[in-house]
Amino acid sequence: MRLPLSALIMGLALLALATPSLATVPEVRIKVVDFEGFKKELEAQDDTVRIINFWATWCLPCLKELPDFERTARERAGNRVAFIFVSLDNAEQLDTRVIPFLREREAPARHFLLDDPGANRWIPLVSGEWSGAIPATLIYRSGKRKFHEGMMSYDELNAQINGML
Amino acid sequence: MKHLILYFAFFVSSLGLSAQQGYNVGDVAEDFRLPNIDGKLYSLADIPNAQGFIVIFTCNHCPYSIAYEDRIIALHRKYQAKGWPVVAINPNDSVVQPADSWSAMKVRAREKSFPFLYLLDERQEVFPRFGATRTPHVYVLQKQENGSLKVAYIGAIDDNHKDAGAVNEAFLSNALDALMAGKTPEPSFTRAIGCSIKVKQ
Repeated sequence: MRLPLSALIMGLALLALATPSLATVPEVRIKVVDFEGFKKELEAQDDTVRIINFWATWCLPCLKELPDFERTARERAGNRVAFIFVSLDNAEQLDTRVIPFLREREAPARHFLLDDPGANRWIPLVSGEWSGAIPATLIYRSGKRKFHEGMMSYDELNAQINGML
Repeated sequence: MKHLILYFAFFVSSLGLSAQQGYNVGDVAEDFRLPNIDGKLYSLADIPNAQGFIVIFTCNHCPYSIAYEDRIIALHRKYQAKGWPVVAINPNDSVVQPADSWSAMKVRAREKSFPFLYLLDERQEVFPRFGATRTPHVYVLQKQENGSLKVAYIGAIDDNHKDAGAVNEAFLSNALDALMAGKTPEPSFTRAIGCSIKVKQ
């Protein structure tokens, strides 16, 4: 009985030692907003192309296209291209699912969790073409807008961005 | 000039066609024949004494579908008695989404004692005809005097997937109540976030 207990104490001590190094993992910054708090992201009037991707951790096609979006975000970082990822996960799962998922990933992007059940009101404000299925991506630069429902390949995404620049 | 106007009109109408696939409110829907979890094939025409149908494209895996399961059961219990049964159709390909397989459908239907038909759109020919894009995606079909089925409502069940107790607008119930009172649903088209339908690859 003694040995497992001491092993447990050792384990806990090691864990405590390891904790400071966890803090060096970049903190995931994600803002929980309702649509009112989010909509200014759809209205920027500068010369940056904004790619707004609606996704969720439970959405398989979203996770499938995500690496192509992240790769594009890395490649185009600083070149008048900005990525905004909008999670539609339940806000209650922010700490248990969304943040742990994002912690594993690295891409220059801003993150939101859109927590607003009134989707019938706000979906058409994102795009009249959007039925509500995800993934969905809005690409815009001041007045110019393109909306895509469903997955996008690396080539499609980059062609759309190039078309806006 | 006349040609130009004609050309322009054609261009605009073709744009409209490409932007909207599937049924719009007011269209006549075609019946279908799909397997139910009991192993039998069903058409809407096989369901007796119906005033109409609440066709819901839904599935096992999607968190939004799961969130609505109990509400769909309650809707069926309430409206079937009035001649408006729920007909649930799983449109997803089980290779892309194994949780939505035929056997998984049977398991889920048993667990939840689904009181409605739970059909599989195995060849994925029915959901595109409707224009369904997500789960859950609702189409209310109203039987006409000549027996045809008119699309009377398209869209969401209500405006709060997370909390049935916090619903402000029960879109689907309101539409059904309007139809039963001989009125036109308002709104007759709503949107909701949902899982994209998983198409065969």
